[in-house]
Amino acid sequence: MLRRTPALVAVLAAATLAVTGCGGGNDTPAAPASASDAAYPVSVGTVTLTEQPTKIVSLSPTATEMLFAIGAGSQVAAVDDQSNYPPEAPKTDLSGYQPNAEAIAGSSPDLVVLANDTNKIVDQLTKLKVPVYVAPAAKTLDDTYQQISDLGRLTGHADQATALNGQMKNDIDKLITDLPRPAGKKLRYYYELDPNYYTVTDQTFVGALFGELGLTSIANSADKDGSAGGYPQLSPEVVIDAGPDFVFLADVNCCQQTPEKVSERAGWGGIPAVTQHRVVALDDDIASRWGPRTVDLVRTVADAVAAASN
Amino acid sequence: MSEPRPVQPARLRAWTVLIGIAAVLVALVAGLALGPVRLPPLGVARELLDLLPGVRLNSGLSVQQAAIVTELRLPRVVLGLLVGAMLALAGGTYQGVYRNPLADPYLLGVAAGAGLAVTAVVAFRSTSGDVTVGLPLTVPVAAFVGALGAVLLTYLVGTSGGRGRSPATLILAGVAVSAFLTAGQTYLLQRHAETIREVYSWLGGRLSTAGWHDVLLMLPYTVLTMAVVLLHRRELDILSVGDEEALGLGLHPQRSRYVLVAAASLGTAAAVSVSGLIGFVGIVVPHAVRLIFGASYRVILPLSMLFGAAFLALTDVAARTLAAPTEIPISVLTALVGAPFFIVVLRTSRGVTG
Repeated sequence: MLRRTPALVAVLAAATLAVTGCGGGNDTPAAPASASDAAYPVSVGTVTLTEQPTKIVSLSPTATEMLFAIGAGSQVAAVDDQSNYPPEAPKTDLSGYQPNAEAIAGSSPDLVVLANDTNKIVDQLTKLKVPVYVAPAAKTLDDTYQQISDLGRLTGHADQATALNGQMKNDIDKLITDLPRPAGKKLRYYYELDPNYYTVTDQTFVGALFGELGLTSIANSADKDGSAGGYPQLSPEVVIDAGPDFVFLADVNCCQQTPEKVSERAGWGGIPAVTQHRVVALDDDIASRWGPRTVDLVRTVADAVAAASN
Repeated sequence: MSEPRPVQPARLRAWTVLIGIAAVLVALVAGLALGPVRLPPLGVARELLDLLPGVRLNSGLSVQQAAIVTELRLPRVVLGLLVGAMLALAGGTYQGVYRNPLADPYLLGVAAGAGLAVTAVVAFRSTSGDVTVGLPLTVPVAAFVGALGAVLLTYLVGTSGGRGRSPATLILAGVAVSAFLTAGQTYLLQRHAETIREVYSWLGGRLSTAGWHDVLLMLPYTVLTMAVVLLHRRELDILSVGDEEALGLGLHPQRSRYVLVAAASLGTAAAVSVSGLIGFVGIVVPHAVRLIFGASYRVILPLSMLFGAAFLALTDVAARTLAAPTEIPISVLTALVGAPFFIVVLRTSRGVTG
């Protein structure tokens, strides 16, 4: 369990998205129109598609959000049971945690998108001649942009992918540069992945983003050697003793945590984040995915930081 | 498996109880003084004295430091003591009832039943978002109901078919029931992968989230279990000789068994419901006590309670200091200590497995 839980957290910190505005805005009739300007065959890494895919299976909530955001939604035939955004995504009971080659191949997809290679699924699908693209949890925003761009090329929406990346970059840069910086030291935060005090360090995707906003994790010393993969579990007394300026809750949907409950936790009443009302409830899904809605996450956190420096 | 061995009806001696109480006090002090956050010992002591009515001392601790002592460490140590006492007491009781020194609360399906119920509740809650099943008490209640339900199921399976069943049948029934319930849990976890994180952390034992409400939740069951088991401890000595002999001495062996198993199961379920699954305490502690202080249940049960309390509270100190500032799941440590001990006992004590 010791070894298993951080891995689980990392896996769970992986899902999907679609940018509000971007997905709905570009109403290019997907498949036929854009097929003309896309030149197939297309190769990305080891995947080669001879023609534009029309039956895509996405077993990654993040990939699902990316596909819809770049206008490839109509080519998506099935998504996994965790892909809950956008709402029109064709949700099935396929599991991305326990992918099953037969079940996936049963719908004869012409492209399968995965976030991780559980159960040697990539080998199995490759044997079945199903093209597979793996988009693992991003470590940096550049990984996100790369995956969006890869998916754009594979699905015949390269231009929309480029546009989406540009938009995301702009939005995030603007949020970062517009943020009023409190002079002096960095504000310290505790980011809660679950009620057992699993958290992130600055060495994670989320940690790096928050770093751009002038925040630093209280957990850095808990994973100095990186053995917890940037997702250490803290003793509760360590959190209280650290006295973070912010608490970000990424366990609102999964585990019913709220700022009120945090302030009622034994011993938490006196930490600055609670006394100064800086406990911020996040949307678990947005917070754990590295897709287009990452902009929303950055915006939420930027707003909280801005409010605190007023 | 059942091995009637001559039990010398030893008396519980005062000095052994004093050693047990001393161990509990040591665990209490260590639990309050040690942790990932280093606090001045004098400040801790003053902060604690300040809790007494009429005492007003300036401990010199910050608000956060004071909260760590009074709101985190104190309830956590107390809960560790209660849970350890219950698990060890229940283990000793089951061993007596089933005349099997390797019996353990978890052998009867307590862990599997609680695990299935907790998984079901967490899975259902996270998919439905229904407020009525999202109450904070749900996990403890589910664990409690699941644990008791599993023990009952084991009992029904193990005792159906009339008389003449050996106590071993019950333990085998417990194994079968456990396997069945665990399969159900695995299936649920697979269907609701998003609940895995919460369920696993519960399975790993969770004294880290202990608060006074856990202590209060557990206290009545602790008192009840202690009272019932300790009052019946002489009967266990008689049962250990055999049902015939027990009948001959005017005892209703079956009724005594019911009462003792019910009490031990209630205590275990209460412990599991607040602390998650913490294994091996129920085997290791009564065994150690038996080896050191003698094989009479009159001695084993009260001492198991005291040493179980001290053992778990001290293990918890290790769990939160060894890898500080992170925590080691306490069940990992009890298994690390318990499993090798268990094997040594298995290999050295003659006749344990019959």
